[in-house]
Amino acid sequence: MADGPTGLRAREIPFRGGGFVLSPRRGAAILAFALVLAIWEVASRAGWISEIFLPSPGSVLTALQELIVSGVLWTHIGVSLGRLLVGWIIGTGCGLAAGLAIGIWSLSRAIGLPVVSALFPIPKIALLPLLILWLGIGEASKVATIALGVFFPTTIAMFSAIDAVPRNLIRMGQSFNLPPVAVLKKIVLPGALPGILSGFRITASIALILLVSAEMIGAEHGIGAFILQAGNLMQTDQLLAGVVVLSVLGLVVGTALTRLEKWLLRWR
Amino acid sequence: MELIVERVGHRYGELTVLEDIDLAVREGEILALIGPSGCGKSTLLGIMGGILRPSAGRVLVKGAAPAGSLNPLTYVFQDFALLPWRTVEGNVALALEHHNLPPAEMQARIADVLARTGLSEFRQAFPKQLSGGMRQRVGIARALAVKPAVLLMDEPLSALDAQTRELLMEDFLALWLRERITAVYVTHNLDEALHLADRVAVLSRRPGRVRDVIAIDLPQSERSLPAAQVRLAELHDRLWALIRAEAQVAEREIVDG
Repeated sequence: MADGPTGLRAREIPFRGGGFVLSPRRGAAILAFALVLAIWEVASRAGWISEIFLPSPGSVLTALQELIVSGVLWTHIGVSLGRLLVGWIIGTGCGLAAGLAIGIWSLSRAIGLPVVSALFPIPKIALLPLLILWLGIGEASKVATIALGVFFPTTIAMFSAIDAVPRNLIRMGQSFNLPPVAVLKKIVLPGALPGILSGFRITASIALILLVSAEMIGAEHGIGAFILQAGNLMQTDQLLAGVVVLSVLGLVVGTALTRLEKWLLRWR
Repeated sequence: MELIVERVGHRYGELTVLEDIDLAVREGEILALIGPSGCGKSTLLGIMGGILRPSAGRVLVKGAAPAGSLNPLTYVFQDFALLPWRTVEGNVALALEHHNLPPAEMQARIADVLARTGLSEFRQAFPKQLSGGMRQRVGIARALAVKPAVLLMDEPLSALDAQTRELLMEDFLALWLRERITAVYVTHNLDEALHLADRVAVLSRRPGRVRDVIAIDLPQSERSLPAAQVRLAELHDRLWALIRAEAQVAEREIVDG
């Protein structure tokens, strides 16, 4: 080792950094997932797991295939998607309007905020019986449950997003004499968009949960009803096939929202 | 256009930030407002452009705005205040869109100000892709696009690093020497004031009052010459003497709120 000007031996400094940094491990997730499925399949075939209580991945897949071929699955998915979409759109539309009002007017905030805070924590599925009394056992009560469940989180996401728009941008708009409507359209709403979109992510999963719950309480068709019926008949392979469909549905919605966010917020 | 501040006072609740301010910004000059932090200079600028309502007094304008001026009193902001979701071009367009200009004139105005601020090749860039200096150029381009009568500049360079600040100051001075736009320039930086201003108004600390108005009696174009340095150093010392004691108090203050 080199000698320094003082004639003492120079020592290398020890490295003390590193760690606490996560790096991507591609393929690890797929491998783990495949491993669990393989163990499950082997255990089923060996007879360690009862086919009735927990069917093997293979038989779930077969059940799913049969449902697809016979067309039964498409009827259920179609009905469910219809309820989900109508309920979500109504709830989101009303929620955005209410959130906007709470976000920009002092009076509507003074009135709306306590109302929203009081009603938001109620599990909306508890209102289904009441909604059935009001609207009948048909589509309207299920759609209304979903819409109600979506409404409150959307309202909260909307006004919080508006609150988060930097005031200096609004003042800037005013300093260039932008009319109030233009300030709203060109500054407040685009500025609130990131918050609105993360609200969508939350409400999409709430809508899915409420959809299945409502369909289990009173419906002939729909994925929730299908899963419940399969359970009553001990057809656990069909039951799990329904669960797989729900999981795929959730993934598709999530991915679509991620794409939408990437595109709409490409300026970030 | 002249901008006249008459007996303006301002208070936030119990706290008096400005008291009895009388100032006149003359046509074609740069008036620097300087003072220690918390002296209310940004508040005063907000009042001068009509985005803050003063608790007392009033602000008047005298004379006509230049032909084609869409927004006589126009700000350049410390934090640039650009819309991150709009491109450079879009940010400039924001100041023009609601005036129903013919599309050709709007395009011409945008192209003109982008050329004058050296941004032509960055038209399509988003603010996040630009350095701080370039962002403030966009802020200046946006202000020029409306052909202002008076530019109200709120510490426009203080969010930038020292080198960028020098560069931008040179560019802004070159621009100003060509067009002589009346400007109020708020800063806490003595060098900026000495470089740019025709007159420097020194504000005292809380309540902010005008302590003195000092003329920088050298043309801006000659201030970087060696011959000017002695005079500038004198003026620097005079200004520093005016604000030193109060800056010291400001620096030792516990910030509340």
